[in-house]
Amino acid sequence: MSWTSFFPYLIVMAGVTYLIRMLPLTVFRKEIKSVFVKSFLHYVPYAVLGAMTFPDVLYSTGSLWTALVGLVVAVVMAWRGRSLLTVAIGACLAVAAAQGVMLLL
Amino acid sequence: MNRLFLKGVKHGIPIALGYLSVSFTFGMKAVSDGLAWQQAVLISMTNVTSAGQFAGLPLMLAQSSLIEAALTQLIINLRYALMSLSLSQKLDKSMTTPHRMAFSFCNTDEIFAVASSQPEKVGKWYLYGLMSTPWLGWALGTLLGAVAGQLLPEFFRTALGIAIYGMFLAIILPPARKEHPVRVVVGIAVALSLCFRYLPVLNQLSSGFVIIICAVAASTIGALLFPVKEDAA
Repeated sequence: MSWTSFFPYLIVMAGVTYLIRMLPLTVFRKEIKSVFVKSFLHYVPYAVLGAMTFPDVLYSTGSLWTALVGLVVAVVMAWRGRSLLTVAIGACLAVAAAQGVMLLL
Repeated sequence: MNRLFLKGVKHGIPIALGYLSVSFTFGMKAVSDGLAWQQAVLISMTNVTSAGQFAGLPLMLAQSSLIEAALTQLIINLRYALMSLSLSQKLDKSMTTPHRMAFSFCNTDEIFAVASSQPEKVGKWYLYGLMSTPWLGWALGTLLGAVAGQLLPEFFRTALGIAIYGMFLAIILPPARKEHPVRVVVGIAVALSLCFRYLPVLNQLSSGFVIIICAVAASTIGALLFPVKEDAA
């Protein structure tokens, strides 16, 4: 793709994405008093991550079975309170091991 | 302050690892679809948004209108406004306007999630540390995918694909185990997300909209049923 036609898209995409992220973070300086709004914002991260994880995690490895193995390992480790990196690596190793087993079968 | 920066860097490592595989795929696809590797890397360095970049790629290559490109980013990435709003309540005094403007450039799903899961308010050093490793991972993964995409065995890449979700689970599950309201909110969000994926008609909606709807609905129900006392938010 030629650079002259590339740059307008780059600027528009990056600009829109930046404004979406920057405006709410910069404009809202005061502490919100409303209990409802505070509670709502308190739950947002968990809701976002829940919706992003399921069902996408099942398609993250290209095979439902290896993804299920990785998911189960990640759930058990996370439930036991292991750190982010430990859970992430554990899930990857579980998927790798499951792939290895599937190759042998 | 260096200690806080390093803490952020360390917390960013699992995010960076997850990003490597996702951006690797992006770099590979961008180049095979017709972008130069420098262009692919430049997109990743300036946008830092997986869904937005994957959606923008075909629009660029088809020379679609800039309005369509802008609208697509707006819809897919509108969820970041929700996250930025939520995070705005968690910033300490060191986050003055210039720092807010600088950090918000990198307020991704994962960086936001890790920052909000911290027990205390977060400041500029921690946040700059937290954004640095994932940003590098995102750019580096794109570069590797763009120049060497075909070389890496698929075995490696597929195993990396689950890293980001392992991290998500490590953020959600410990509080869900302790707090009943969090369990309910996550349960509702997941149930809605499954409906939007598998039910006819509903599955026509773009993924950016689905996340906004799930998050707003589940968080509203959570706020109505279980208002948070004092400064827990």
